[in-house]
Amino acid sequence: MSIVIEDVGKIFIDSKKKEVTALKNINFTIQEEEFVVLVGPSGCGKSTLLNIVGGLMSPTSGSVYFEEIEENPNLGIVFQEIALFPWRTVFENVVYGLQEKGASKKEQQEIGNHYIDMVGLSDFKNAYPKQLSGGMKQRAGIARALAVEPDLLLMDEPFSALDAQTRTLMQEELLTIWNRTKLSTLYVTHNIEEAVYLADRVIVLSRHPGQIKQIINIDLPKTGRNDEKYRLQSSKYADEIWQLIRHDAEEALKE
Amino acid sequence: MEKQKQVITNRVAFLDKKVPFYTSFLGIAGILILWEIISRIGIVSPLFLPAPSNIIITGWEMFVSGEIYGNLTASLYRIVLGYAIGATFGILIGLILGFFKVADAIGTPIVYSIYPIPKIALLPLFILWLGIGELSKVTIIALGVFFPVVINTFSGVKSVDPMLIKAAVTFGSNRINVIRKVILPGSLPMIFAGLKLAAGTSLLLLVSAEMIAAQEGIGSMVLHYGNLMITSKLMVGVLILSLLGLIFNRGLRWLENKLIPWKE
Repeated sequence: MSIVIEDVGKIFIDSKKKEVTALKNINFTIQEEEFVVLVGPSGCGKSTLLNIVGGLMSPTSGSVYFEEIEENPNLGIVFQEIALFPWRTVFENVVYGLQEKGASKKEQQEIGNHYIDMVGLSDFKNAYPKQLSGGMKQRAGIARALAVEPDLLLMDEPFSALDAQTRTLMQEELLTIWNRTKLSTLYVTHNIEEAVYLADRVIVLSRHPGQIKQIINIDLPKTGRNDEKYRLQSSKYADEIWQLIRHDAEEALKE
Repeated sequence: MEKQKQVITNRVAFLDKKVPFYTSFLGIAGILILWEIISRIGIVSPLFLPAPSNIIITGWEMFVSGEIYGNLTASLYRIVLGYAIGATFGILIGLILGFFKVADAIGTPIVYSIYPIPKIALLPLFILWLGIGELSKVTIIALGVFFPVVINTFSGVKSVDPMLIKAAVTFGSNRINVIRKVILPGSLPMIFAGLKLAAGTSLLLLVSAEMIAAQEGIGSMVLHYGNLMITSKLMVGVLILSLLGLIFNRGLRWLENKLIPWKE
């Protein structure tokens, strides 16, 4: 199974009736068990691309499809805004997708508890989102996406609203979880260190129009990239990506 | 100048100042006592302002004689039925107007053009159409409740975070389930704001309608004793109405806390 993004382009009409090309000629494939990170300056269309892949927006041209898949693909999305249903407890949020698929109460219990446990929220199963901290909310959001056992996991800057300390811990946790589930993942971020820390492959986007500037394979072991011995290589990758983005980021600042 | 120690104290401590719970009763108790004294020493004639104690005693007598019971049940029947009908339709139509773009385009102008009419002005028309009986009174209350509820439900639907709808669709919801599981709970806080607003409106319309066209009911009772200048019995009616409003409001607030435990 793989997910193909083929010739995807997106043109918006702005308030002055002018066409704005947000994405142009986007081509790449996400392999099974591959963690792909989209990184780029603000306004490069990375969230637009994720929305198109997630079926929440239609592309102006091109298409996104699954190859070699037996049934309808399942998607799990972790939103930047978290988007937990405030009227549902953590458990009810996590099993939402299972309920909509018509899973039995017993299945819901089993799978729901499994993933709640995985993200470390067992003690908060019956809490409402308002009772949770930012990090806990996003953990619940991750559990909700994992619970549908998706063929593709999409994550849209999931940790950008968290403070730096919490974010570091959540990145580590995400890797631990990913190593257990090995889901094909498309992850969007503007944080270069985060991209290098998590990715098998980093896709660097440029802006105006949003195009693939370069695809960089991260040849580091999946775990322990923060260790002393990999620190130099990690920062080399980060620097390489930063050099690619820098000019665009500066331009973005002037707008 | 000699150097000395200067302790910094919290200069906004007044913001956190706590007031003992009984303070809230002091004002009401004070007014009642003052009122009683004024009536007792005869500064104001009891014809215009009967003493609180007098009102309570009169109220008890009316309760024992069954007069209150008859009027109260007549009023409760009208307001409960009218409120239930108005609220149900208000929520239903508000959801439809909010969710379906076509319904919004067609229905919203209609709602907003009827909304500003003071509903009591329509009572003569309803009496003409539906007769002088219960139906015209229940209808006018239902109509008065319908509008604040429909408008609040509508804006409640509009205020539901689109992210939540996207999340629901992502995790497999169809449109019916989006309404049932996202739009409805998401607009519940606004719906309750409408219901509370409508509670006041319904009471106002009840009393007005009863004063215009009814033999029985708290409204007609108040008007009747006003005409006879039996002020203490009139005041009993007013007291019952204020209690009714209080209970209504508290009941709704209780229900709100029950149904929306997740609210911030």
